[in-house]
Amino acid sequence: MARIVAGVGTSHTPAIGAAVDNGRAGEPYWIPLFKGYEPAKAWMARTKPDVVIMVYNDHVNAFDFKIIPTFALGCAEEFPIADEGWGARPVPPVPGHPELAAHLIQSLVLDEFDMTIVNEMQVDHGLTVPLTLLCGTPREWPCRVIPLAVNVIQYPAPTGHRCYMLGKAIRKAVASWPEDLKVVIFGTGGMSHQIQGPRAGLVNREFDEAFLDGLSRDPERLVRIQPIEYLRDAGAEAIELVMWLIMRGALGEQVEEVHRFYHVPASSTAVGNIILESRETS
Amino acid sequence: MNAQQHDEGARQAPKEEYEDIPGTWVFDAQRARQGYHLNEFLYSLMKDANRKEFLADEGRYTLKFKMTGAQREAVLKRDWNTLLELGGVSYALAKLAFTDGKSYQFMASRMTGMTEKEYVDMMLKGGRSPDGWRSKSERQGKD
Repeated sequence: MARIVAGVGTSHTPAIGAAVDNGRAGEPYWIPLFKGYEPAKAWMARTKPDVVIMVYNDHVNAFDFKIIPTFALGCAEEFPIADEGWGARPVPPVPGHPELAAHLIQSLVLDEFDMTIVNEMQVDHGLTVPLTLLCGTPREWPCRVIPLAVNVIQYPAPTGHRCYMLGKAIRKAVASWPEDLKVVIFGTGGMSHQIQGPRAGLVNREFDEAFLDGLSRDPERLVRIQPIEYLRDAGAEAIELVMWLIMRGALGEQVEEVHRFYHVPASSTAVGNIILESRETS
Repeated sequence: MNAQQHDEGARQAPKEEYEDIPGTWVFDAQRARQGYHLNEFLYSLMKDANRKEFLADEGRYTLKFKMTGAQREAVLKRDWNTLLELGGVSYALAKLAFTDGKSYQFMASRMTGMTEKEYVDMMLKGGRSPDGWRSKSERQGKD
């Protein structure tokens, strides 16, 4: 059967993708960040997942404001790369896993999560930057990817509690797929940041470190963080961190933290990366 | 959020709480409604042909969208904070910055009133501390 073996939390700051694409990763500004991701990249190469479930948010690229799905699951064979306004990132298109995605839809909807089904979708930096950080710059991506786009742009975003419960339902759904597949789930975005208004540039290291600790040891505490707390204490865009709770919910109760990295800044963002291996037997 | 709180019935948007955060325009459903046509204009800048058409004659291109006069004027002036206030969302506004050949970082620095260099220096020093920025009362007398 298919199994979620681990979760990866990572920021998806677009400037990170731009640094790689424009050959600037070796500049002093970026060296600490890419060095900090080396262990995660090595872990990914060792783990070799068959499928990644990528929880991310679209940034007004696949979805404009005509339709705003709270939870949208990408069910396509392949996802092209979006031109976000400066030309598409020069990375390979992202191969999907339509069979497993269809199964997830079946299971999640019956489990009372009303997913939006997306059969054609371009993917933006929210999805491609985590792939670049963990997989580097291959000619083809080494695994198939099921995108799960969450609305965190127009308030209210789904609550942390809802996200955590969705993660649990995803774990159950994956476990009921008969094919022997190794699945890794990503929760992306964050950490503390604000990219709008006179308060832009806000970073709250204390909040971020407590969040990473909570993922590892006390996710129930994180689930109770109210939307206004993310906004007020960690910046208007820090609400993206609810997506990390989908990832955490999908790992079961017992996890082992195998890697953590934290760095400020990437553009306006505090960057966090954590890898949690599931220690659940089911 | 716990299971009990889920049983409380219909929820009001915490408008006062949103508005108490200094230097921030929360993109809630009402602001999104006001900004709809503005954001659709910004979304159109994902296409290279549209970017070229816009840059060739900004006034004319913006007339294709049902923005208010104030929104249109703020677009032409790149008045970023007014655009936020009138319902623009930062990720859509970034497409206007990209069309100008600028970055998120440039746009964010403009919103703070800093030069891009001052803003980058602040970020390199660990970013803006939340202390003094959590509420309007905390902010009072600091600007």
